[in-house]
Amino acid sequence: MENDAIIKIENLIKRFPVGKTEFTALKNVNISFGTGEFAGLVGPSGSGKTTLLNIIGSLDSPSEGEVIVLGKNVSLLTHKQSAVLRNRHIGFIFQTYNLLPVYSVYENVEFALLLQNMSGSERKKAVMAALEWVGLTEKVKSRPSMLSGGECQRVAIARSMVKRPEIVLADEPTANLDSSNSHNILQTMKNLNRELNTTFIFATHDEKVMKYLNRIISLEDGKVVKDLLMPDSKN
Amino acid sequence: MIKFLFKGILRDRSRSLLPVIVVTLGVFLTVFMSGFMKGVYGDITELNAKFNTGHVKILTRAYAEIADQIPNDLALTDVKKLMTKLHADYPEMEWVQRIHTGGLLDVPDSVGETRGQGQVVGTAIDFLTPGTTEVERMNIPKSLVKGSIPTKQGEALISDEFATRFGVSTGDKLTFFGSTMNGSMTFKTFVVSGTLKFGNSILDRGSIFMDIRDAQLALDMDDAASEVLGYFKDGIYNDLKAQQVENSFNSRFSKKDDEFSPVMSRLVEQQGLGDYLKLADSANAIMSFIFIVAMSIVLWNTGLLGGLRRYSEFGIRLALGEEKKHIYFTTIYEAVLIGLIGSVVGTALGLGLSYFMQSHGLDMSKIAGNVGMMVPSVYRAEVTPGLFYIGFFPGLIATVLGNGLAGFAIYKRRTSQLFHELEV
Repeated sequence: MENDAIIKIENLIKRFPVGKTEFTALKNVNISFGTGEFAGLVGPSGSGKTTLLNIIGSLDSPSEGEVIVLGKNVSLLTHKQSAVLRNRHIGFIFQTYNLLPVYSVYENVEFALLLQNMSGSERKKAVMAALEWVGLTEKVKSRPSMLSGGECQRVAIARSMVKRPEIVLADEPTANLDSSNSHNILQTMKNLNRELNTTFIFATHDEKVMKYLNRIISLEDGKVVKDLLMPDSKN
Repeated sequence: MIKFLFKGILRDRSRSLLPVIVVTLGVFLTVFMSGFMKGVYGDITELNAKFNTGHVKILTRAYAEIADQIPNDLALTDVKKLMTKLHADYPEMEWVQRIHTGGLLDVPDSVGETRGQGQVVGTAIDFLTPGTTEVERMNIPKSLVKGSIPTKQGEALISDEFATRFGVSTGDKLTFFGSTMNGSMTFKTFVVSGTLKFGNSILDRGSIFMDIRDAQLALDMDDAASEVLGYFKDGIYNDLKAQQVENSFNSRFSKKDDEFSPVMSRLVEQQGLGDYLKLADSANAIMSFIFIVAMSIVLWNTGLLGGLRRYSEFGIRLALGEEKKHIYFTTIYEAVLIGLIGSVVGTALGLGLSYFMQSHGLDMSKIAGNVGMMVPSVYRAEVTPGLFYIGFFPGLIATVLGNGLAGFAIYKRRTSQLFHELEV
């Protein structure tokens, strides 16, 4: 763990109703993340990785326990406060990129800033800077359908980073990419992590990703079974 | 943000094209059908008012009971005095006398022997008084096929179909055989000044139009008339005013125990025309209601399908920090935009076709050839101010309602569930 905790999870339990019974997806999880971490939640499918990311991203709420993100208890946030937290402070990257197909690269990256009511000139500056980070300034007018998988994921990274969030949550970001593109993407994220001191939290079971992580938290059946710092990670 | 959404609508045709087409089509049909029905019902009413019912009509009580038999023996008498009173007491209306009769029209050969005979319906109106409005009211100048309007007594107009069937030309002499008011046989020879085609099967089959003075002389109806019709001077029927005139007249002139006393009835009380007018209004209301319900269901489904297809987009937008409520409202903004476009285009198309149908009409004379009702053979639409909004607002409401209902399905879903579906 580095620096002060910006995410603090204590005794987190998450249950989902399954018919008349309940399924416990997370069982008494206790973890903290500090500023600038490049950490990963690893484990097999159904181990609770995505559920944990959703709760950190305030897309879901705990059944029990506390999750404090940037000093805010996500259980106590209203819908509006959750939306503001996501819009200002948290970026998301998905396995399937999830770009808006009818909008250009520029517009996809710009969208998050539109919600912040930023002026046109400021938006343009921020979008172009984000696209420059990921090396896609030549593709501003392209639609997602005209891009390769790697390029799409770079757009998704630019979109998550354009608002300069403190935290980026990446759910299996390399699952749909080949080896070369995966390394490229991970290198880009690692650079951003270093330059902007953004905290990256991955949900993954990809060995390639794990090589880049500074910290690996293993989950099994909703429990944290290992929490290891990785001093030998790439870069 | 609005610009951003607008771009999305324009680029994503499945989001915009189908709903716009549905709304356009619905609004177009509502506007056009409403205009067309209004026009047809209006034409039927107007035609009947001009030729038959007036805005108000005065008959004797006895005549009124069997008016379809044209019982001139029960006609109004002392009409000059009645007309004077009507002009003095009800100056807001124009009063005219008419005589209806029936008989045979004899077509002679070169030596005066009968060459042919045909049944005709005779109508006598005021052709000759200077400033008479009857000629225009009956649309005679536009209905004239050959010749000219009678300019002196002894001249008459006959239907062009009759003239063609019997080879009659203008200037020919024909003899009308009928019965007088007292039941005696009568005949009178007329010079054919012209031929007419009204576009109405009843009038066009066989008819003769003569001046009322000629009819009064021929039928022994001096100072008598089959009926007296009243028309509002602005030409527009006003039921409230008509009712006032009717009540006033009947209370003053009509006696229940005297079968020869005059009795007045309004347009809507004659020949089911009131029902026609109510039917027109009801049909319009029903059509608008059906349109709103049907369009809402279609657009609801379209909205649901669109919503399902856009789950990914909504999930992304949630993740990027947009509020669920905001997403819901943006779908409503989109619906308003689509509804506006569809309603404007649909209204414009509906008005355009209504205007075209008002100018050109739909000739139904071949289909309505044997119809005995007084209906126009050319059906025209009527462009009224109401057409500008009768489809527009339902179009807009249906779109917003449909999308609003569809949006609830998304709105009610848990945030994380929407988000999970991104990963499917």
